[in-house]
Amino acid sequence: MSIDMAQFHQVFFEECFEGLEAMESGLLNLDMGDIDSEIINVIFRGAHSIKGGSGTFGFTSVSEFTHIMETLLDEMRDGRRKVTQSAVNVLLGSVDCLREMVTAIQGDSAVDESRVSEHKKALEIELNGSASTAESTQAPAPVKAAVVAKPAAPEFETISEGWSIAFTPYLDILKTGNDPVRLFRELAELGELTTTANIHDIPDFYELDPEECHIAWDLKLLGTATEEEVSEIFDWVKGDCELEFSEILLKILKPQEALPDTSEQIPEPEIVLAQLAPATVAAISASEPVARQTEESKVAGVKPSSSIRVDTSKIDTLINMVGELVITQSMLSLIGEHFTMNKLGQLKSGLSQLERHTRELQQSVMNIRMLPISFVFSRFPRLVHDISTKLEKKIELKLVGENTEVDKAVVELINDPLVHLIRNSLDHGIEMPDIRRAAGKSETGLIELKAYHRGGHIVIEITDDGHGLNRDKLVKKAIEKGLVDANANLSDKQAYELIFMPGFSTAEQLTDISGRGVGMDVVRKNIQALGGNIEIISELGKGTTFAIHLPLTLAILDGQSVAVGDETYIVPLVSIIESINISEKMLNRIVGKGETFRLRSEYLPIIRMHEIFNVKSVKASKMAEGTIVVVEGQGVRCGLFVDELRGQQQVVIKSLEANYRRVEGISGATILGDGSVALILDIPGLVRLSNR
Amino acid sequence: MASILAVDDSASMRKMVSLTLKGAGYDVEEAEDGVDALNKAQLRQFDCIVTDVNMPNKDGITLIKELRELPNYKFVPMLMLTTESGIEKKQAGKDAGATGWMVKPFNPDQLLKTLTKVLG
Repeated sequence: MSIDMAQFHQVFFEECFEGLEAMESGLLNLDMGDIDSEIINVIFRGAHSIKGGSGTFGFTSVSEFTHIMETLLDEMRDGRRKVTQSAVNVLLGSVDCLREMVTAIQGDSAVDESRVSEHKKALEIELNGSASTAESTQAPAPVKAAVVAKPAAPEFETISEGWSIAFTPYLDILKTGNDPVRLFRELAELGELTTTANIHDIPDFYELDPEECHIAWDLKLLGTATEEEVSEIFDWVKGDCELEFSEILLKILKPQEALPDTSEQIPEPEIVLAQLAPATVAAISASEPVARQTEESKVAGVKPSSSIRVDTSKIDTLINMVGELVITQSMLSLIGEHFTMNKLGQLKSGLSQLERHTRELQQSVMNIRMLPISFVFSRFPRLVHDISTKLEKKIELKLVGENTEVDKAVVELINDPLVHLIRNSLDHGIEMPDIRRAAGKSETGLIELKAYHRGGHIVIEITDDGHGLNRDKLVKKAIEKGLVDANANLSDKQAYELIFMPGFSTAEQLTDISGRGVGMDVVRKNIQALGGNIEIISELGKGTTFAIHLPLTLAILDGQSVAVGDETYIVPLVSIIESINISEKMLNRIVGKGETFRLRSEYLPIIRMHEIFNVKSVKASKMAEGTIVVVEGQGVRCGLFVDELRGQQQVVIKSLEANYRRVEGISGATILGDGSVALILDIPGLVRLSNR
Repeated sequence: MASILAVDDSASMRKMVSLTLKGAGYDVEEAEDGVDALNKAQLRQFDCIVTDVNMPNKDGITLIKELRELPNYKFVPMLMLTTESGIEKKQAGKDAGATGWMVKPFNPDQLLKTLTKVLG
C-alpha cells in the first residue's frame, strides 16, 4: 500500500519548531553543574521526537544531526556527563542550526551544508571531549550502516537444508502478548515447517493455570532461510524462552569466508573520528557561531504564517454567542409575524438584545485573533543570554505579563522593534559589572520586559537599571550633527526624543550588537506604522524605560468623528490630545508658513481641513464657529480646524489601497452606521501634506 | 477488523501511524500520551496497542505496565515504537510487558508487516 508521506510534513514542521522552542527555553533554564532531570528530559524529548519524525519522513540530514544531539543529551540525562556552559552553548547553536535546516526544508530551499557540518563537528567535539570512549562509536552513522548490511548474505544455501529449533517458552510468555502460534505462522512463511509439541510438562488439570504456557516445541524449518531471518522472528521473545538453533547440514561443512571481512570493518568508526577531531578544533570558536546563528534565525523567523492556533475555549464562546443570536433572531421574527402596536415594548427589548449580542459576537471574533504576547517575549531569554555572554555583562531578564493578549498582526510586527530596543538596553543601557559595582549597584543588571493593557491599548515597557540617558551628551551630539539649533532650549523629554532622529547614535563606537544600520528612527517608524507610539522615561544613573503604546488590534480603531462640511472624517483617538475653541484674535499669520495659534507655551500650526481636502459648503469659516482638534503625529503637534465634533466610536478599518488607491493624508476608510463612507485621517501624512 | 490504539505525543507520527493503519482497514483510535491512552483503553477494548516510548505525562513503558495489570489487557499485543535501539529500553519495555517493538524510523509497509506479526 502507498501512503503519501508528504501529507504529514506540515504537521511535522510545526512540531519541530515547537520542539526546538521547548529545547531552547529548557537549555536557557539549565543551571550549570547540578542536574535538573525534568528540564533535561524535556530537552531530550524534543531532540528525540525530531529525530524520530525526521527519520520516518525521510529527512535524513535532520535525523543524523539530531542523533548526535540526542546522544549528548542522553549522557546528560543519565548523569554520565556534566552540564557545562560550553555544552549548553553548543547545543543552543545546534538548535538554531536545526531550525534553519527545518526552515530550509519547509521552504524547499537549500540547506547550508557548511554550517550544518560546522555544528555537527562542534557537537562531536563536545561529545568526544569528555565522554567515555565507548560513546565515540556513535557518531558516524553511514559507516555503521555499512557494517550492518554486510553479513546479510552468507553462502549457506548449498550446504544447509534448514534449521532445527528447540523452543521452550517460559511460563509467563503469554503475559507479554506474544503467542507462539503467531511465531510459527511467521516461520512457516520462510519455508516448510514441522512442529512437534512437547507436552510432558503440562501439570495436572487441577493445578493448571490457564494463563501459563507449559508446552515446549521442537521445530524443523526446511528451506533457504538465513539464521538472521529465523532469529529475527524470535527477537521479541528472547529472554522469555529457551531457544536453540542448530543447522540441519546435508553434506560438506564449508568454512564461511564472508565473516573475516565484516570484522575488519568494525574498527573503522574510530579511525574516522580520530581523523576528524584535530581538524575541527581549529575550525570552531565556541561563541561565534552561536551569535551569528541568532542573526540568521531572526531573518528566517520573520515570515508571517497565515494559519493561527486558537484556544478551543474561544471557539466555544463564539458558538455560544451565535446560539444566543439565533434565539434573539427567532424571537424577533415571531414578534414581526403578527405585529401589533402593543408589542412595541417587546420589539424594543428584542432589538437591544440583538445589539448586545452583536457587540459580544464582534468582541469574541476579535478575540480569536488575539495571541498572548509571550509569542514574542519567549525569544528574548535566548537573545539576552547570547548577547550578555558576548558582552561579558551580567544581565537578568524579567518578563512580566506574558499572557497579555494582542492582535496577531501586532505580534508579528512588534518583534523587530522590540529586539532592537532590547539590544540597545543590553549594549548601551546596562554597564559593565565593574562600573556597576563602583556605582554601588548590583553587578547583575536587570532588564524588565512588561506588557499590560491600559484603556484599549497594550503597553509594552522595556526597563533597564543601567546608567540612563545623559541629557547633556545627547544635546551636545545633536548640535554637533546639526540636528538641532545650538541655542535651542529643549525639555528633558525633547532631548531624549533626539535619539529617534535619523542619523543619531550616541554610542562612542558602533558595535555589532546594536547600531547595525537600523536606527532608533526606524524603530519609532515601525511602531507608528502599527498605530502606536513610543516614549522614554529616563533618570541618569538609575536607568531607562521605553514605553510602547499600541492599539490592541489593527482591524478596529477607536475614532473620533468630526464634521467638515457635508463630510465626516475619523480622527484616530490615540493621536488626539485635546479639542478647544479659539477666537479669531488668537490666530497668528506667518508669511509663507500659514496660520498658528498659541496653546499654553507652544505655537501650533493650524490645518484647515476644508482647505486641504477641498470640501465645499463648509459651515464654519471663522475660528469661533468651529473647533480646533489638537493632534500629535510623529512628534509634531498641530491643530485641525473642523466644523464640529461628532461622536466617538469604534470603526472597522477598510483598506483604501485595496479598494481605490493610496491617498496622502488618509490611512483608510470605514462605513458609518447610515451606510455612508468616512475617511480615516493619517495624522503624520496630513502634517506632511500641509507643510507643502 | 482489529481495533488498534495508536499512542504518540508527536502529532505527525501519530497521524502517520493512524492513517497507515486505517488505510489497511484497521479500526484506529489515537491517544496523545500515556494518560490519555490509559483512559481510552478503559473505555473500550482494543486488540492491539502501538505506543511511543518517550512521552510527557506518562511514558510508553509505564503505560504498558499499567495496561498489563488490567484484566482486559493481560494478553493484548502491545508494541512500542522506539528510536532507542539500545538494549536497556527494550529490556525495560519487555519487563513492563511489551510484546515487541519497532525501531524508528520505519515506513508504512514495515509498520503493517510488523502488525501482521501480532494480529490476524
